[in-house]
Amino acid sequence: MKSPKFDYVRAGSVADAMTAYAEADGDAVFVSGGHSVVPSLALRLQAPALMIDLSAIEALSGIDLRDGWLRIGAMTRHAQAMTDPLIATHAPLFAAAAPFVAHPAIRNRGTLGGSLAHADPASEFPAAALAMRAELEIASAQGIRRVPADDFFVDIYETAIEPGEVLQAIHVPCAVAGQMVAFDEIARRRGDYAMVGAAVQAVSAGEGLQDVSIAMFSVGNRPVRAASAQVALTGRALDAPAIAAAQAALADDLDPPDDPQFPASMRLHLARVLLGRVLAKLETAA
Amino acid sequence: MNIEIALTVNGETVRETVEPRTSLADLLRDRLRLTGTHLGCEMGSCGACLVMLDGAPVHACLVLAVQADGQKVETIEGLNESGHVSDLQAQFHDRNALQCGFCTNGMVMSAQALLSDNPRPSRAEIRDALSGNYCRCTGYEAIVDAIAATADRRAGIGETVE
Repeated sequence: MKSPKFDYVRAGSVADAMTAYAEADGDAVFVSGGHSVVPSLALRLQAPALMIDLSAIEALSGIDLRDGWLRIGAMTRHAQAMTDPLIATHAPLFAAAAPFVAHPAIRNRGTLGGSLAHADPASEFPAAALAMRAELEIASAQGIRRVPADDFFVDIYETAIEPGEVLQAIHVPCAVAGQMVAFDEIARRRGDYAMVGAAVQAVSAGEGLQDVSIAMFSVGNRPVRAASAQVALTGRALDAPAIAAAQAALADDLDPPDDPQFPASMRLHLARVLLGRVLAKLETAA
Repeated sequence: MNIEIALTVNGETVRETVEPRTSLADLLRDRLRLTGTHLGCEMGSCGACLVMLDGAPVHACLVLAVQADGQKVETIEGLNESGHVSDLQAQFHDRNALQCGFCTNGMVMSAQALLSDNPRPSRAEIRDALSGNYCRCTGYEAIVDAIAATADRRAGIGETVE
């Protein structure tokens, strides 16, 4: 289908973008890569009067290290997340997740910030951000604030970003020595939405696993932290009994809905199978 | 609202006035009559509309013409004229890697991008590179064959198809 009519402005700065949004009385949509917004317009799921293009705003680009955090500009393309050396070293779960995101041509346009702001509960980067305990930098008329990923994802397609605000960057605490990561998903076809997915990181220390962080996705209305599974692994060696304990604990963390494709019990089963696979391939980041 | 844009299409500067909702694919097909770019799903699933935008394959159905303002677009017509994919085209032809031809534009775009990044891909890597390209005729096997054979020929292995 074709999109309904809308006006278009290419914003030169975040302030300009927010002003344009206010002047349109909120009847506007921000676009970065456009790979969720444009199909939603073509499918007529939304019909804003104005599209505000953020892609030319220089302040939204760039990847740099600051005080133990990696700041990733919201306009960073998925393809860049696959190849950028700073992301590979300091935010390795984004690099591990990127090959699972859609298809090569989509990854040339889609942006990290767009994916997080869109907050599709079946998409990969939100779960990676949650597992890495990222913080999201949001600009509003009142100033800039940082929201931890645990508080950022609110509901299906709903985040802590209020109408008219702009996600500027993703801050990831740099990977520490001994940190291990793994990412995987179960999907019927390569690049299709996951039936279930998992992003895991942990530190291997003398006294067993520490700082275990597990985010499951495509299991509910937002990416879910598997807190009980994290507890089940903490302080233990990464062996078969520990993995089995984490798999068992998932029942306390996940409450997946029944779905036209398959029942909740099957999704929980798949989540356990996948968590076992991901834990078994945890390895030290590059 | 109408917006004036200027972009380079197959090496030529094009100036057009478009509605913001006009996709790059509609601009190419309806205004410029470059109908080698096909429109299937118009939602980024089928891959029939791939074009090169600043050298990388993108879905022309998901890029608005206004977003391509100031950028370089190369369509299958441009790739064909340049001769850069003539060996790939010959392999597709030789191996019956197309039947109806609707997907072929996108297949050639994906294959060309793959081979420029990774000149010696495995069959699994070729399949992965084609994961966003639907073909409803061939079952993909002949397409993978054609791309693998092109990679071999470009590496100097095997015979060139006449």
